[in-house]
Amino acid sequence: MLTAPPLVDIQDLKVTFTGGPKPICAVNGVDLALERGETLAILGESGSGKSVTLRALLRLNPEKRTKVDGRIAVGGEDVLALKPRELQAFRGRTVSMIFQEPALALDPVYTLGHQIAETIVKHNGGSYADAKAKALDLFERVRIPSPERRLENYPHEMSGGMRQRAMIALALACNPKVLLADEPTTALDATVQIQILLLIRELQREFGIAVIFVTHDIGVAVEVADRVAVMYGGRIVETGPIRDIIRRPRHPYTIGLLKSRAHDAMAKGTRLDAIPGSPPDLANLPPGCSFAPRCKLGTPACTEAVPEPVAVGEGHEARCFRTDQTAAA
Amino acid sequence: MLVYLGKRLVYTIPIVIGVSIVCFMLVHIAPGDPLVSVLPPDASEQLKIQMMAAYGFDRPYYEQFFKWCLRAIQGDLGTSIATGRSVTGEVLNAVRNTLLLAVVATFIGFFFGLLFGFVAGYFRNSAIDKIASILSVIGVSVPHYWLGMVLVIVFAAQLNWLPPTGAGPGGSSEWRPDWAHIRHLILPAVTMSVIPMGIVARTIRALVADILSQDFVPALRAKGLSELGIFGHVVKNAAPTALAVMGLQLGYLLGGSILIETVFSWPGTGFLLNAAIFQRDLPLLQGTILVLALFFVMLNLIVDVVQTAIDPRIQRS
Repeated sequence: MLTAPPLVDIQDLKVTFTGGPKPICAVNGVDLALERGETLAILGESGSGKSVTLRALLRLNPEKRTKVDGRIAVGGEDVLALKPRELQAFRGRTVSMIFQEPALALDPVYTLGHQIAETIVKHNGGSYADAKAKALDLFERVRIPSPERRLENYPHEMSGGMRQRAMIALALACNPKVLLADEPTTALDATVQIQILLLIRELQREFGIAVIFVTHDIGVAVEVADRVAVMYGGRIVETGPIRDIIRRPRHPYTIGLLKSRAHDAMAKGTRLDAIPGSPPDLANLPPGCSFAPRCKLGTPACTEAVPEPVAVGEGHEARCFRTDQTAAA
Repeated sequence: MLVYLGKRLVYTIPIVIGVSIVCFMLVHIAPGDPLVSVLPPDASEQLKIQMMAAYGFDRPYYEQFFKWCLRAIQGDLGTSIATGRSVTGEVLNAVRNTLLLAVVATFIGFFFGLLFGFVAGYFRNSAIDKIASILSVIGVSVPHYWLGMVLVIVFAAQLNWLPPTGAGPGGSSEWRPDWAHIRHLILPAVTMSVIPMGIVARTIRALVADILSQDFVPALRAKGLSELGIFGHVVKNAAPTALAVMGLQLGYLLGGSILIETVFSWPGTGFLLNAAIFQRDLPLLQGTILVLALFFVMLNLIVDVVQTAIDPRIQRS
């Protein structure tokens, strides 16, 4: 098939926070590949390492207190080797990011128009007036009503949904190749969530950018993603096309996650099938599979070594020793 | 903005009226006889009454107050009992000297305060931060009159580098921009700058550390801004609070420091106030307090307006 390297290529990424009394292994060997125009959802609960992986792509984790190993390449550029100036040019132009809480991620004392124009001038040069015109165009594309007036607004003067649209406009300002979205709909109302998701999907097609979408909500992943990577304890435990993962999950954690969802057809009185136990302590990871202590199918072997990814279908892999048992489930 | 400015100006009117009432009453409530300094101890009862009438002290308070206000509006604050000179002239002269000292002290204090504050906030928990923090704590806690005396002992008495007291050679209170006058300014200005330096440094450090921990900072980094560009954002975010604190400090400095001006015999408002209190010079005391109070009102007004202009989150209505 294709011989060209993927647009985003993460190999054996390890991120350790060294600031505290004990090192915290937030990401423990993540391999990810993303093609041009593809949308990948990273699914996982809090502390699974999904946001840290995303931030590592832009080197946003505090450098002094973080140890990053492995390889991150975007469009052939080695991200971890970039010098400060190259990193600045890379951020926002090659890869840009939408944050979870637009109310906090936008500077409160500058107008939205200024914040977008500032980014455009920084990356593309040119005059501030031209950048303002481009910002207006972006506001129209993310469908903000009365964009001329909104450009002069401060973040606190807009609603949550409008702020997130502005954030998306900001992220798209310099035509990035990759858009990172860190739970962009979590802080929004349910109705607004759908609008934002549809907007991101639409813009993704229009601009032809690749999107990595971090979420803890399977519903959101189904809505936007081509492919899903399920993270647990700083590792990707299962990855595959969204349909396969939903219909034939093979990792016990993914199976548990899908079962613990409240289906709309769920009968009144039935108990929600929750995963017992709690997520692993990242400062003190078990030597084997980090899900083993909570796993119904766990065997002694599971606690001894970390399972390697096992191919269970076309582009579908699960890190589990017991995939033979999960096929029937 | 203009409407806001107008409204804000109107709001100061009741404050000014209140301030003048308090100024006037405060002095009258205080015990002691205002004529004690001009009358000989063995003055006759008749002479006393005559003098009271001459200064208007025999009239009811409200009448004295209205007369005083009426003249104050015209720029006449009465005559000093002790010196017989016009209070307005005395106060203006003192204000000029205090302003000079305050402005120089402000520059020194704010410059180092901002410098230490930003550095400490940016490099939190580093050695630089600790040194800056220690310096600012010392700055706020050391009694400045004591520091003034120590500086006089070291730089004037021991090293003989700088003059110990006064505003100019030969006790002149007229400022001239020459080296002889600047030499007199250095010690009191440095002494005076220490407290605002400490307060500004501590405020800025806390502010900067808080701003840097906010989510929009990684977001700015994520869009490719340089550290200098991010610094610009930090400064603008810190500005409203920093300005409020600095305005307040400037107010304190403009009010003059009785202690510092006394230590250095600096002919400013503090010095004047001190003299007025000890001589029971009521007109002078009232006039000085009024002018200082009005200073504060004006300064608060300016700070409010500037803050509103910078920070969009403050409602202008």
